[in-house]
Order: sequence, then structure tokens, then C-alpha cells
Amino acid sequence: MGSYALAATNVDFMVHGLFQYEVFGQKLWITTTHVSLLIVMLILLVFGIVVKVKVSKVKPGDNPTGLISACEIIVEKLDDMVLSSMGEKQYRKFANYIGTIFGFILLSNISGLLGLRPPTADYGVTFPMAIITFCLIHFNHFKYQKVKGVIADLCDPWPIWAPINIISDFAVPVSLSLRLFANVLSGTAIMALIYALLSKFAILWPAALHFYFDLFSGAIQTYVFCMLTMTYITNAIGEEN
Amino acid sequence: MNQVTGVELIKACSAIGAGLAVIAGIGPGVGQGIAAGYAASAVGRNPGAQGAIRSTMLLGQAVAETTGLYGLLVAILLLFVQPLAR
Repeated sequence: MGSYALAATNVDFMVHGLFQYEVFGQKLWITTTHVSLLIVMLILLVFGIVVKVKVSKVKPGDNPTGLISACEIIVEKLDDMVLSSMGEKQYRKFANYIGTIFGFILLSNISGLLGLRPPTADYGVTFPMAIITFCLIHFNHFKYQKVKGVIADLCDPWPIWAPINIISDFAVPVSLSLRLFANVLSGTAIMALIYALLSKFAILWPAALHFYFDLFSGAIQTYVFCMLTMTYITNAIGEEN
Repeated sequence: MNQVTGVELIKACSAIGAGLAVIAGIGPGVGQGIAAGYAASAVGRNPGAQGAIRSTMLLGQAVAETTGLYGLLVAILLLFVQPLAR
């Protein structure tokens, strides 16, 4: 019983503070999430700069090779994804944003493979992203439907329905962020449990679980986050536009 | 036998509560299975639309999964954060 309790205390997948500092009398921490976020951002930035330098050297007639053709495939796939769900008119505006969050969330989710704690397993990372989506939804709602259309949508079947519609509007970012957060956190927790409790037997076969929890689940959740963002924005824009 | 303190009792009950909370996984399991079954029959009827069917199925399943994840979240909070035992 004693060894059981000892093993259970080794289970460790929480956010850790690394460095404390003070701003206006508030004690704040630099946590593992910040470090992983910084590494993910650096990887994306270096990738972007390298591709930009390579692209600027290519002349219009050249055949794309290596990295450039890989990037072309990525961009084409992302454009297709946005085009198929947002339509011909809108997709130019949103392809950049969707591509950015796709790359960021995907790299964050699979950063568990690099030995980092995935940044998306911190609610402080997923909630701001859902807030951005929330702002985009309502900005576009007001932009395309005008105030009249927004009020008409609020009182959808009858005006008495308005409070329920408002609650469902505010439930969107919460469910969007909790879905991503809980999926990544559950993968992280299960892997931590396996490594802590089965540490003597955890040889090679956890790789299969890493494949499922980090790569498969991470990619699916990235796709779902982007698809839902696009679906909500398309709904807010309305069909006639 | 030592006497059980209040905090220990709360911790034990939190573990039971965590176990009960993940029963929420039944719902999404059934729902995702139904969605996958209908997707399979849709592919059987119209193999050309496989890509669209797959993406629709994944989206629906991910949305259906949310309720189960709420249960899981409650279980993780009860087990590892232990808000009640403070």
C-alpha cells in the first residue's frame, strides 16, 4: 500500500512554475507552458523565415523542389479546407488566420513528442484562442448582418428566446476551448500515468500510445477547432453574403 | 485501525466521485459509434463522397465527444487538483 501511494505521487503532468516575478505587487510565474509556447513559436518562426528566404530566391519559371513543394502542398491543402467550408467569397480573408491557428495548434499538440508539456494542455492557452474566435464571430455578425440582422437572430423563433440565444452564444468559446484543452490534457495525463505507474514495463510500446494521443488525437482536434471556427464564422456571415 | 480524518474521507470520496464522473464516457461512445455506422453505410451507398463523409463524421464525433470530456475533466480535477480536500 505504501509503495502504491509513493508511485502515485510521482504522477506529474501539472503546470510547473519555473521563475517568479512581481508586477504591480502581483506575484506572477513563468511556467512550463510559457517555455513550451516559446519553443513552438520559435520553431514556427524559423520555419516561416526559412521558407520566405527560399521562396524569394525562386524564379517564376522554376520547378519547385524539396521544401518549397512541401510548403505548396501544405498551403494548397489548407486553402482547400477553408474554401470548402467558407465558400469562394470569404475564403481569401480567413485562409491566413485559419492557416496560422492550424499550424500553431498542430505543433502545440504534437510538442508532447519533443518531451515538452503541450501548451494546449493549459486552459490559459486554449481559452484566448476561443476568445479570438468568439470576437471574429460577432465582429462578422455585426459587419455583414448589421444591427437589425443581429437582433433578428437574437429573437430567433420568438423574442422570449433571447436569453437562451445569448447563453448559447457564450457557450461557444467555452465548449470550443474546453474540447481542445480536455483532449490534450487527457492524453498528457494518461501518458504521465503510464510512465509513472508502469515505469518498469514502459518500454517501446508507449510509442503506439504516443502515436494515438499526440499525433492522431492532436491532428483531429486541430482540424475540429479550425472547422468549427470556420463553421461558426460562416453562420454569422449568413448565406446571402 | 487508525481513525479516518475528514480530509482522508474527502479524498476517498473524491476518488469514488472521479470514477462515477467518467461514466459520462458511455454517451459519447454510443454516439460516436452510431455516427461511424451511418458514415460507413453512407460510404457504401456513395463511395465517391468518401472525403466529405469522413470530414463530416469526424466533426460530428468531435462535437459529440465534448460531453464525455466534461466528465473526464471533472474526474481529473477531483483526482489531481482535489478542490474539496483543501
